[in-house]
Amino acid sequence: MSTALTKAPTPELHRFTLPNGLRVLLAPDRASPVVGVAVHVDVGFRSEPVGRTGFAHLFEHLMFQGSESLEKLAHFRHVQGSGGTFNGSTHQDYTDYFEVLPTAALERALFLEADRLRAPRLTEENLRNQIDVVKEEIRLNVLNRPYGGFPWILLPPVLYDTFPNAHNGYGDFTDLEQASLEDAAAFFDTYYAPGNALVTVAGDFETDDALAMVDKHFGDIPARPTPIRPSFAEPPPPGERRHTEPDALAPLPALALGYRVADPTADLDSYLAQTLLASTLADGEASRLQQRLVHGDGIVTDISASCGLLGPLDARDPDTFTITAMHPPEVAADQVLTAIDEELGRLATDGPDAAELARHTARWSSAFYGEQDRLMHRMLALGSRELLYGRAELAAELPQRLAAVKPEQVAAAAAAAHEGGRAVLVIEPSADNKAEAQQ
Amino acid sequence: MTATTTSGHRSAGQIGRTEAGPRPLPPLATFLGAPVPDVVDATVSSGLRVLAVRRPTVPMVELRLRVPFADSDPAHTAQAELLSSAMLTGTHCRSRVELDNELATVGADLGVGVDPERLGVYGSALADGLPTMLDVLADVLTSAAYPPAEVDRERERLVERITVTRAQPRVIAREALQRRRYGDHPISREIPTGAEVEAVTQEQLRALHAGAVVPAGSTLVLVGDLDPEAVIGQVEQALQGWSADHPATELDQPPLVRGDDLLLVHRPGAVQSQLRLSAAAMPRSDERYPAFQLANMVLGGYFSSRLVENLREDKGYTYSAYSAVEFMRNSGSLLVEADTATDVTAAALWEMRYELGRLGLVPPTTDEVDSARRYAIGSLLISLDSQAGLAGTLSALTSAGLDVEWLRRHPERLAAVTTEEVAAVAAEFFAPTAFTGVVVADVDVTGERLRALGGVVGPESS
Repeated sequence: MSTALTKAPTPELHRFTLPNGLRVLLAPDRASPVVGVAVHVDVGFRSEPVGRTGFAHLFEHLMFQGSESLEKLAHFRHVQGSGGTFNGSTHQDYTDYFEVLPTAALERALFLEADRLRAPRLTEENLRNQIDVVKEEIRLNVLNRPYGGFPWILLPPVLYDTFPNAHNGYGDFTDLEQASLEDAAAFFDTYYAPGNALVTVAGDFETDDALAMVDKHFGDIPARPTPIRPSFAEPPPPGERRHTEPDALAPLPALALGYRVADPTADLDSYLAQTLLASTLADGEASRLQQRLVHGDGIVTDISASCGLLGPLDARDPDTFTITAMHPPEVAADQVLTAIDEELGRLATDGPDAAELARHTARWSSAFYGEQDRLMHRMLALGSRELLYGRAELAAELPQRLAAVKPEQVAAAAAAAHEGGRAVLVIEPSADNKAEAQQ
Repeated sequence: MTATTTSGHRSAGQIGRTEAGPRPLPPLATFLGAPVPDVVDATVSSGLRVLAVRRPTVPMVELRLRVPFADSDPAHTAQAELLSSAMLTGTHCRSRVELDNELATVGADLGVGVDPERLGVYGSALADGLPTMLDVLADVLTSAAYPPAEVDRERERLVERITVTRAQPRVIAREALQRRRYGDHPISREIPTGAEVEAVTQEQLRALHAGAVVPAGSTLVLVGDLDPEAVIGQVEQALQGWSADHPATELDQPPLVRGDDLLLVHRPGAVQSQLRLSAAAMPRSDERYPAFQLANMVLGGYFSSRLVENLREDKGYTYSAYSAVEFMRNSGSLLVEADTATDVTAAALWEMRYELGRLGLVPPTTDEVDSARRYAIGSLLISLDSQAGLAGTLSALTSAGLDVEWLRRHPERLAAVTTEEVAAVAAEFFAPTAFTGVVVADVDVTGERLRALGGVVGPESS
């Protein structure tokens, strides 16, 4: 197995910056029969204004509603009518837009992305339509189901104090309904400047051809001032903060723990040690918390741990380490917490053993290779890591960097969690209460 | 730069216009099809069919094992579900933790899942860990022990998980739909009750494993950085102890879905409703299937479809509306669905029925068919462009009695479909009267308007 770790494919990468400030990342791979284009914009839901929760995500929807050269619906039709697939997503610190298509459609994809980055068609009618669509999305994923928004919407307000880190990135209905065209124009002009975005092209193309096409379509977007990115730093909580949330649809209690993680830009090795801590705790039947809480004590139905609120290496500082568990009503939340704390304490004192750590590293290597093998995932990982950390190469480096993490670094990560402040979110089934008011 | 407003940024109108004006869409370059890789297809002496493909894009191997696993006994669902939960909890020579550790050492994962038609074992490993993964798989297939303490714990967990699953609106809708369209046929039994799971014993699991987890009729697909000829021998060697004197059991063909009223299912306090409509479709092997595939796409099989453009992009009634074919071994059913806010549920159903009627009466245009055709071919190419995608597709096709030649020739079949053929299929299969289904909703709020549309019965309480 050690041989596989040393033969990580190193992607061929080329970087350029157009005169208008737009960054370009080209990752040619001539073995692939398809091509992908992604635009990553350096704004996420942490940057949306007070009183406009959910606006970054709503604006992502608006970017699919047409642009100067494209009527409403034309973007979807041109991508799919070229044999391609598309999507977009809004994260803490970035928003991405992407398509994967047969190679023949590369120039068309660049045209489509450039047209909306230059001149999106922002209309009152489309804004109202997409507010309705986003409200349906929130009903589907949050309001009409048990454990909606657990933990990504419900945990941050317990762990964080400041609006950017604590608020609901999907948005409150009242805020969404008040969103105006004026808000959309201001948001676009401020954050969607070419100097605040990155275009990634991956797959089957010649570098010179692709660069010429990028320049042809994006090159004449006028430069605009690039916003100064604020720091979202805030001190970690000094002790434990607890919040109980009733859930009328949930049949079983659940809980989530939130801890702060190391800044992946400033201290990647500590961050990776926390990534391995998450695996050591809860990845696989042999992990510490699964053995102890699921099988040994038999007090939780399922348990998981994750470094990063929306996944590993997906945000800048600050970000959240989560442990989530679902348990039967006869088991008290404190019983689960005590067992987790004991296991964290054991790891802090003794660390994982070297073979245990090697097993988790091997599973991570597989996961990274899996990500590399699908063009869409490979492209999005390259783009987001380039935008967030200036390091697209991380995709190829991670298996080796994880393999270099030592047991004492994981022990230190466990100690920091064991001793530091944290948030505890308790989901309490409340079926007796009438369901939340109709929206 | 264009002028700015007093607030310091341009207006929406200014943003949407440039001096140069709208630009022409670049043409598509020449479309280059992608060759589907060669598949080595062999049946080993136990009767297990093995498909192996070399795709060395990353140093990994993907594994898919499908065992036909049907049984008409209503108690089977709970036994099969608990068997899949407990299959990896120990063998005669390895404990649950030892199994996981051995897999993790070579970066491998194995998972087990079950549905009314089959048992599936899914896995991946670093390429040089394939022998280890096969060794663990063989151990599990030939000597899974279902240790009593592990079975007891998995039984408790399964009951808890079922409670959580059944609280999901999409699961409530799915169960109601299965009963509505398939009645008592075993295809409708996807999730057992907690009480049924409580009744399952360790002895039943061991008997079910011995009798039904058998090689003849099963298919193992391996895709990745491997030598396909050599891997057949490796599988034969590693799995030589897995044998039986009878083949795995296929599910009897479910009844064709027939048109009927929609059944209302009352879910008090629901803020969103589930619309689930279904009609008879056809298997992929039917000669009209390529036309059916394109007709379905024009209706709701992709984003640029009539359902999405109407219900979402025009009306804002839903986040996602779609239609899809659900394939069984020798048949298929069409599923059309959307989730909509309570107050627009009846209006959304009305639009859904309108689009079903319109597909036959105002058939897909040449532009609509061409767009769907390009998407069908392109998205097939994209879906095959990973080890996992290729492995999953081959596994699904094989269990439907199709092979890689079918896959290789499918773009040609799609290319040959005429607009008239799509229109004929649309009129015959997508007529509103061909559909049955369910609506899960707060009937106290939506019932009156739904009944006013007609074609609904109930409610049945959830």
